[in-house]
Amino acid sequence: MVEQAATQAPEAPSGLSSSAHRDTTRASNKLEVRDLNISYGGVSALRDVSLDIREHEIFGIIGPANSGKTSFLKAINRMDMFNKNMQVTGEVLYDGHNTRTLRNVYALRSRIGVVFPLPVGLPMSVYDNVAMSPRLRGIKNKADLDEIVERCLTRAALWDEVKDRLTTLGSLLSGGQQQRLTIARALSQEPEVLMLDEFSIAVDPVTTMRIEDILKELRNEITIVLVTNLVQQARRLADRTAFFLMGDCVEIGETEDLFSGNVTDQRTSDYIAGRFG
Amino acid sequence: MAAPINETRAGTASKTGAGGRDEFDRITAAWLLDKAVQVLVFIGGISAIIFIIGIFVFITREGFGFAVGKLDWGQFLTSPRWRPTSEYNPTYGILAMIAGTASVTGLAMIVAIPFSLGAAIFIAEFATGKTREALKVLVELLAAIPSVVWGFIGLTIMNPLIIDLFDVPVGLTVLNAGIILGLMAAPIMTSIAEDALKAVPDRYREAAEALGATRGQIVFRVVLPAAKNGLLGAVLLGVGRGFGETMAVLMATGHAINIPDSIFDSVRALTATIAAELGETAVGSEHYQALFTIGIFLFVITFIINLAADLIVRGIRKG
Ligand SMILES: Nc1ncnc2c1ncn2[C@@H]1O[C@H](COP(=O)(O)OP(=O)(O)OP(=O)(O)O)[C@@H](O)[C@H]1O
Ligand SMILES: [Mg+2]
Repeated sequence: MVEQAATQAPEAPSGLSSSAHRDTTRASNKLEVRDLNISYGGVSALRDVSLDIREHEIFGIIGPANSGKTSFLKAINRMDMFNKNMQVTGEVLYDGHNTRTLRNVYALRSRIGVVFPLPVGLPMSVYDNVAMSPRLRGIKNKADLDEIVERCLTRAALWDEVKDRLTTLGSLLSGGQQQRLTIARALSQEPEVLMLDEFSIAVDPVTTMRIEDILKELRNEITIVLVTNLVQQARRLADRTAFFLMGDCVEIGETEDLFSGNVTDQRTSDYIAGRFG
Repeated sequence: MAAPINETRAGTASKTGAGGRDEFDRITAAWLLDKAVQVLVFIGGISAIIFIIGIFVFITREGFGFAVGKLDWGQFLTSPRWRPTSEYNPTYGILAMIAGTASVTGLAMIVAIPFSLGAAIFIAEFATGKTREALKVLVELLAAIPSVVWGFIGLTIMNPLIIDLFDVPVGLTVLNAGIILGLMAAPIMTSIAEDALKAVPDRYREAAEALGATRGQIVFRVVLPAAKNGLLGAVLLGVGRGFGETMAVLMATGHAINIPDSIFDSVRALTATIAAELGETAVGSEHYQALFTIGIFLFVITFIINLAADLIVRGIRKG
């Protein structure tokens, strides 16, 4: 855990950083994670993770299977609540509010969009999939809903393909389309934070690139947490990247630093270079 | 690694004889067992079908000649007069009994649907751990109560209760039988509805949860619509149960031939008529054959209901 303390320290711009899009003057923290521990039925899945995720950055998380990445995302939007098997300790502050103690988790979740590894088109029409979250917020006006649905589907690069079949079941779209539907649905929440968990696992390379372009556009408006099993994807998109390994957060740093070998732990370079994992 | 494996194989092949590939034709214990199981399962399946066909043939043979030859079907289906024992002019009209069966079944569904859906939603979506297991066992237990016990409850508990509460002369009515039948059908409907809810994959719930939906919103906006076919199937099975039930309705309806005006009227059910009268008729008489015609009628109706339920439940599996 010594190296971890060290990795958190370099808060000051290192000068090396070439990520021009990062605006250091308003690097306020959207999420602050303190001493997060996650275990399932007593078996530890994530240990002593402390990190900050800044507003309007893309925060990448890389790491091999079983490193606790998905568990980390689940803890952030309190998916542990109905899973008695999952124990979480530590603090996660969202805009400074402790999410572990807040009363209305639904309000928290409605601000955080989630995209799962395998696309989940809900068994309702494409339109209803995207309109569900606005409806939960109480929007009933058809014209408003139409506008939201079209805007979100367009942003998710799906509108042209589905505009003539908005009434088909969302679960009948192709895998790649369903994944973009999931993204449209997440955007319909008008989220402040978007968490993506290995979104490209069931998607072809062309769709992956289209989604990546969308994420690049979104980075100016929302905070994105991108869990990915493709280290090059983290390099393409993430401003900063964390490396999780077997339940430990081994490294956190500017993505450029990580990929240029400027690391505190040899295992990070090894993983990025593809020498294990 | 590959070479030694090939060698062993070659070794066994040469041991088994000249053909080289005799092992492909060899009869092994596992093969024999598999064949034996196949035959047993086949016999079991065939005998079930034979029994059903046999029953159908028996029922139709007893009623068939009468049903196609003598019976006036127009009168049978539209007349409320059931006077099989009249000396001069016996009439065989089952309209009153159809109305009796339908009204009791209808009321039973009004009672059973909210109960069973509510229970199924609670068990499948909200209850956890021990509560859940306990409730499931309880539902199974309720489903196992024999119908004569339900009839007994109708006769001895519901009957005086209805007379007291509503200040009516008789308590053996549509209301009584409907409630009894509803309570009777609810457990089996609950357990089928619960299966339908459980068949909705958890990833749908998680996706809705991630959107910020509360558990109630998840149930009503995602789970119930996704399970609607299975739920409809559960209701239809309950309806089938209501149509076919005999003992409890015989005991609780009052067994009076009557087209009901209100739930406080006594009625008579199709099934109960057969059960009550068959023993007193001369085998082969018109009355006897008319009862068998009712049997054919019931058989066809329940068959249609069950078929509909089956097709609908099958619909969920596919979609
Ligand atoms: N619902 C659960 N119940 C029990 N154990 C779980 C559960 N979810 C995750 N785990 C355990 O937690 C550990 C971390 O899993 P997690 O899904 O967070 O890894 P990951 O980094 O996302 O892996 P991958 O790259 O394969 O998705 C694993 O050992 C896993 O078995
Ligand atoms: Mg994962």
